[in-house]
Amino acid sequence: MAKNLRTDLAASIAGIVLIAAFVIFALHAESETTLLVLLAIGAAGLAGATRSGLAERVERGMRAHPIVTRWVSLAACAAVVLVFRGDHFVLLLVATVLLYCVVCLGLNLQIGYCGVMNFAGAAFFGVGAYTAAVLANHTSLPHLLVLPAGGVAAATIGSLLLLPVLRTRGHYAALVTIAFGILFRSFLEVNDTLGGPQGLKVPGMTILGWDLSEGLTVFGTSFSFYANYVALAFALMLAAFVLTRRINRSWMGLSMDAVRIDETAAATFGIHIVRWKITAFIIGNLFAGTAGALFALMTGFVAPANFTFGDSLVMLSVIVLGGIGNLWGVLPAAAIVLLLPEKLQAIQEYRFLLYAGAVILILLFRPQGMFPRRLRTFNLAGRDLP
Amino acid sequence: MSIVQLPQPSAALVECRGLTMKFGGVVALNKLDLDIRHGEVLGLLGPNGSGKTTFFNVLTGIYRASAGSLQHMGHDLRGMTPQQINRAGITRTFQRSRLCLELSVFDNIAMGEHHRLNNGVWFNLFRRARLERQVEEAFEQARELARTFNPSLAGRMLHAAGSVSMIDRRRVEICRALISRPKLLLLDEPSAGMTHEETRELMADILLVRERIQGLTVVIIEHEMNVIERITDRCIVLNYGQRLCEGTYREIAANPDVQEAYLGQSHEQAA
Repeated sequence: MAKNLRTDLAASIAGIVLIAAFVIFALHAESETTLLVLLAIGAAGLAGATRSGLAERVERGMRAHPIVTRWVSLAACAAVVLVFRGDHFVLLLVATVLLYCVVCLGLNLQIGYCGVMNFAGAAFFGVGAYTAAVLANHTSLPHLLVLPAGGVAAATIGSLLLLPVLRTRGHYAALVTIAFGILFRSFLEVNDTLGGPQGLKVPGMTILGWDLSEGLTVFGTSFSFYANYVALAFALMLAAFVLTRRINRSWMGLSMDAVRIDETAAATFGIHIVRWKITAFIIGNLFAGTAGALFALMTGFVAPANFTFGDSLVMLSVIVLGGIGNLWGVLPAAAIVLLLPEKLQAIQEYRFLLYAGAVILILLFRPQGMFPRRLRTFNLAGRDLP
Repeated sequence: MSIVQLPQPSAALVECRGLTMKFGGVVALNKLDLDIRHGEVLGLLGPNGSGKTTFFNVLTGIYRASAGSLQHMGHDLRGMTPQQINRAGITRTFQRSRLCLELSVFDNIAMGEHHRLNNGVWFNLFRRARLERQVEEAFEQARELARTFNPSLAGRMLHAAGSVSMIDRRRVEICRALISRPKLLLLDEPSAGMTHEETRELMADILLVRERIQGLTVVIIEHEMNVIERITDRCIVLNYGQRLCEGTYREIAANPDVQEAYLGQSHEQAA
């Protein structure tokens, strides 16, 4: 038994190291052939690990040793950043993936848990970004507070939009978010104060006098300034992840699930439908807005073209691909959806076509996504023996 | 078995007068007068479409009655939301199972206890130790309740509700309704879709509920007449949304109007 546990742990560590190595190679790949070969190897490896039961062992090991897993994963992430320490482009991509993860965790909360459709993920991301742009340009609000301010702005606008229609049944809420997503972009394009189609410049971020737009030198190795933003985006993603996971493993998650699955039954047992829908919508948009604010400060520039309806659909395809309601699926799905077109220039033009095709295929053949959502067991796993 | 030998049912728990429910031109409940007495097991009978389930839906606030009054311990249920009615101690099961099949058995039962669980955002996110204690307490209670019906169900608390047998699903529904210690339990055709053997087991379960929980009032809609005969103190027969007759099972079974409502004119030919 003890030996089994130890080999499980070894399998988990090996798994994490392999995944990190794969990510490093994939990000390094210059030619499209190399990348395609790598992807084929990765897919085959994943399929083989699942078939042979190795994946299950890796998972068992992670469950049995959460603390070791945590530190090894953290070290693996740090290793990826270390390898690409000087590469602006790769680090910018990594930070963008992480920020998309934050938005998609929020969407998972809204759609996957509570069943509130949100077709305007990118618009709420944009609200946060523009809020940050305006605040950073025109006020002396500390930048660390600009981030939550972006979140609060997105959450406020979101609830003002949705509250009137939440009492109605059917798809009105979804329609309202679609309309908002389209309206938001048009509004930005005609609004000269917000820069119109050209957008706005945003100053780089400073935290307590530390200018994040300057590269860092540690022990004689210099890091691209984007490494700072990767670290910050990672922290944000971690916070969003922990919060969403806590919601899932609590009465809140149960109430939201009940609302999604059967409103009538939920109401009969005393669950307030509107309260939970608006709670999910507020928290999800808080995530999106905060991520948007950091995105604006990182890229130094916001423009309407970054926050289109198409981008909202990309975010939706991330959660469909990862598995609706599964938090672990978000990161690999976001990485695939965002990195693949950047790396494979050939498919760049057809990316929306490919996303749409992928979503249709998933919904037809594996509607639960790459990583199906698990039952909620709180901290009671194994406690239900008779 | 006559009604005189039973514990004396006191005043009405629910008093419904002239209750009318219209869906467009269809009158599902037509000036219905009906009392549910404290502590009784009341059978609600009637042909399909006679308004039994509609009555449950009005009583639990899913539908809002078009006219009439529906008093529960001095409050008019007509102005209340399903959530408020639930808090007042009225719970139910559904004719077509409304369990959340993709959630665990425990999740489904805990849902019934919603208003006793702390649903505050701060508590759930940042008071994790206290939350976990509350989860464990709720889990033990739910498991105890499930065990009274079926020990093996108590061993499947963390399995998907969709993975347990039909009769166990019905038991989960009953547990979900009972976990909050209601005053009034509404059972909407618990034997629907069950085999004879399962119906017998379920009947034993309902008798068990009655025995274990003193003072619980039960209203049951049922087509299986032997279920009605064994477990009810009193029956009310509905027809076209109105009360056709009321009495013990024997009385209503012997009533020619009831036979006519169920079988058309055949009792005349039989006579």
